[in-house]
Parts: sequence; C-alpha cells; structure tokens
Amino acid sequence: MNTILTVTNLTKKFGPLVAVNDLSFSIEKGNVYGILGPNGSGKSTTLGIILNVVNKTSGSFSWFNGETSTHEALKKVGAIIERPNFYPYMTAIQNLRLVCKIKEVSEEKIEEKLALVGLLERKNSKFRTYSLGMKQRLAIASALLNDPEILILDEPTNGLDPEGIHQIREIIKKIANQGTTILLASHLLDEVEKVCSHVVILRKGVKLYAGPVDGLLASHGYFVLAANDQIQLKTFLEKHASFGKIEEFNGLLTAYLKEELDAGELNKLVMDQGILLSHLVKRKESLEEQFLTLTKNRQS
Amino acid sequence: MIRLLQIEFIKLWNNRASKVLILSYFVLLTSIALVAAIKFDIGPIKFHLAEQGIFNFPYIWHFNTFITAFFKLFLAIVIVSMMANEYSNKTIKQNLIDGLSKKEFILSKFLTVLTFAAISTIFVFVVSLILGLAYSDYNEFSIIFSDLEFLLAFFIKLVGFFSFCLFLGILVKRSAFALGFLFLWQILEGIVRGLIRWKLLDGTGTDFVMGFFPLNSMFNLIKEPFTRLSAVQNVANQVGESFKLDYHVYFHEVLIVMVWTGIFIYGSYALLKKRDL
Repeated sequence: MNTILTVTNLTKKFGPLVAVNDLSFSIEKGNVYGILGPNGSGKSTTLGIILNVVNKTSGSFSWFNGETSTHEALKKVGAIIERPNFYPYMTAIQNLRLVCKIKEVSEEKIEEKLALVGLLERKNSKFRTYSLGMKQRLAIASALLNDPEILILDEPTNGLDPEGIHQIREIIKKIANQGTTILLASHLLDEVEKVCSHVVILRKGVKLYAGPVDGLLASHGYFVLAANDQIQLKTFLEKHASFGKIEEFNGLLTAYLKEELDAGELNKLVMDQGILLSHLVKRKESLEEQFLTLTKNRQS
Repeated sequence: MIRLLQIEFIKLWNNRASKVLILSYFVLLTSIALVAAIKFDIGPIKFHLAEQGIFNFPYIWHFNTFITAFFKLFLAIVIVSMMANEYSNKTIKQNLIDGLSKKEFILSKFLTVLTFAAISTIFVFVVSLILGLAYSDYNEFSIIFSDLEFLLAFFIKLVGFFSFCLFLGILVKRSAFALGFLFLWQILEGIVRGLIRWKLLDGTGTDFVMGFFPLNSMFNLIKEPFTRLSAVQNVANQVGESFKLDYHVYFHEVLIVMVWTGIFIYGSYALLKKRDL
C-alpha cells in the first residue's frame, strides 16, 4: 500500500503546555481515518502541523514518502480546518478560482464540485451571504478541486444544525465511496464510527491507540437479556465461565463476555435450564464505550 | 511569478474598497496635470502657474515626483489592508493549507508592491513628459532626459514605503491599528529628531543620524523642489537670502532605503515563519 503521510515522534509545546506529545502514526492510501479525542487533546494542533500552519517543536512528518516539499504536497491534499476561511467579498466562483490558482489546477472542475455539494445555484453569491452550512460545503468543494489524494476534515460538522450535519455526512460518505483517503478529526464518536475504518485516539497530546476500529479493544461484546425469571437467569450467568461483569438496569441484564459466545448457543443453554428469554440482544461495545474504557484504563 | 501576481490580483480587484482606492490613486496621479490649469487673471495681476517654470525640463521630474509621492498614502491603505485582511479573514491560513508556501505568500505581496511602484513611476513619467512637452521652455532631447534619477528615487521611495506598510500589516494584523502605528512612527521619528538635536548633536549631525531612520531616509530621497524655482529664488535674493541647497539624489540614500526594504520584507517573512496561525 502507498503511504500518504508518516508522522514520527511529533511534539508541539505551547510554553509549558505540551499539546502534542511524541506522536507517531502513518496513513495509508484508501482508508478512512478518524482522529479522536476530547476537546484540547491536540487533534487540531496535529493537523495544523502537517498542514504547514503550526510550527512543530520537534519530531518530523513527511508527505508521500518525503518525495516533495510540504507546500508542494499540500497541492495534492484537500483540507478544511475548523471554520471555513474565504474572502467574504468574493463570490463562490471567484474564491474557487483563487484556490485553483494556488493549487495550480485548471478551473474546469469548479462547477462540478459546486454541484457535488449542492451550491451550484448560489455560485455567484458573495461568500459573506452564505449560511454556516453553505460555507462549510463550499469549503469541501474547495478541498476537492484538485481531486485530492487525501481529504482532511477537522470537525466538519461543528456548529451545524441537524440538517447541515446530515448533508455534510452524506457528502463525506459519497467521497469515501469514491475511494478517496479521508482523515477526519472529531470529538463526536458516533460520527467517526459511522465512516472510519481506522482510528488514532489522542488524549492530552498522547496517542492512546492507532489502528483499525475493530482492533480497538479485544472485546467480545455483551448480551442484553431479560427473562421470565430474572433472578434465576442472573445466578446462571454469574456461574457461567464465559461471562464477566453482570449489570442490572431497567429490568434488563447486561452481561459482558470474556470469550466468544454465539447468541443462539446462549439461548439454547438457558433454555436447557428452563429459563425463557423475553429479550436477547448481542452487541459490540460502541466506539464511545470503547473509547471511555480505553481512556479510563490509561488513567489508572 | 505571474501566478503569484495573478493570485494577488484576484484578491485585490474583487474587493470594492481596494479597487476604488487604487483607481482614485491613479486619477490623483493624473490630476497633477490640473496644476497647469491654475491661472489667475484679475485685472492687472496675471498669474499662470504653468508659466512659472514648474513644468520646465528637467525641473519637472523633480517637482512631479516630489508632489505625487504624497499620494502614496492611498496605496498605503490598500497595502496595509491587503495584508491585515488576510489575518482577520484567516485566509492566510487557508492559502497555506491550499499549498502556497510562506515564501510564496510574502513574495506575492512584495511583487504586488513592486508592480504598484513600477506602474506609478511609469504614470508619473508619462504625465510629466506630456506636461513638459506642452509647457516647458526647453525642449532639447538631452535636457528632457536629464535628471531622470528622480524617477528612480521615486520608485525606490515607493517600494520602501510600501514594504514598510506590508511589514506593519503583518506585525499588527489589523489594518486600522497598522495605519495608526504608521502615523505613530512618523511622530516618533520627529520626537527622536528633536531629542537628538536638543541634547546631542548640531543640525548637520542630526540630519546625518536621522538619515538612517526608515521614514526619514525615504523622505530624503527627493528633496523639496520649491526653493529651486527661479521665481522663489528671485524673491529670496530680493530679501537678501540665498539658498544653497543640494537637490541631488545620492547613492548612499538610495542604498539606505533599499536596505530598509530588505529588512522589512525579510522581517515579514521571518514573522510569518515563526508564528503559529
């Protein structure tokens, strides 16, 4: 696979504060990456450094195996950082023409990309007349002008209303389906869970995990159960070797697996005990739960 | 290089305020020709400014470059705001993310400054040439094209001043404050001059030291032309005064301004490079 970006021992200090601490990861072509972490965990700083707007304190990063200089590489990258920044007195078309000049690409794709984000009817309106959602969509159009090798999005849905969030997510999914590599920074875990195949998890500038979403925790999932005889069910589960912690909440039992166990198999097992299940669901921990477990583990 | 100029052109020309200021600047440059129309004809008193010799070659090069240099304040506003707006709109960040290097960013601004200065110089040259051909008492080729160093000085002066504006724009990041700072700096140089004259040196010494300050060195490039007019000198002679002033453009003065230009442009680059956006 082609490596698009390699980050090695990257560190950024703002005075006494260490915003990014000895961070290393790499990005391969074709995957959708998420950078996860609470506010202030160093996501934006990391993106700022690789995008040439924040100076690193130490460490290194290289684009496309270090074949080109950073600013040349950035012409093959599409990136949106935080708020969309355009010239307010210029129309969408004029702004995109300027971006084409900077990126040294032809202007023929402007209309196509505006159509992709649904702004074609407003192409001759000044940027300052746009709503936040439209501004964000224009930013995506601008980032796509060069058909980038990688699209970098920093909190793309921040501050948008539900409809705007939905539109942006649809666009991201569309782009991901076209095979474009995406790096998505967010503190919204469900957002990352929905689109990403790989994650980098940061907390206070330290990397907690980098790799496939599936490999985040070696967990086997859990069952949510209810039965005619709740107490009998609980006693049975507590005795069974496959289960660890058991919680009761709202009349439902949540039993965490220590090893792989099929839902059908469990159903048969309890049936043999004479317990009749009225509710049986097997679930994997959501990214949010895994994330919280991971951060908790590292704290202790 | 053309690409960098085009980038800056798109940014400036689509901004209505910049466009109006640029256009009015060039209209003002042309308007110096209107001085020729100043004419009093009140009975016995007949006064026609154009016939007082201000449009004589080669004096016109000196006079016009000195006067038109004041209009540079219009472009100063444009230049300070084209820099400061990049910060307030945060578009500088987007430009860099889009793949413009910091060096290219400064270069595109500096090239714009050079272009403004070059166009102004050509403008002044053409307007003066036309005015001179219309009103000058001397029309020999060798006289017309003597003393052209004033045009060079004019160009250097504009480049230096605009580079200073550029630097202030980057340093202060807000156009209004940067312009305020420019005036403050002018006053500061005046105060420093006063202090040096008062406590340290005599007149010549003060002029020498002040010649190294940025705004003062730019002003020194083209000395005031009024005392050179024969009309003014006649009056002075009548009251028993005579001016022995040196009007020439000196190489060391040009050098000082060029060094300042270098410092300002490099300083802008260093600031941009050091800052996190």
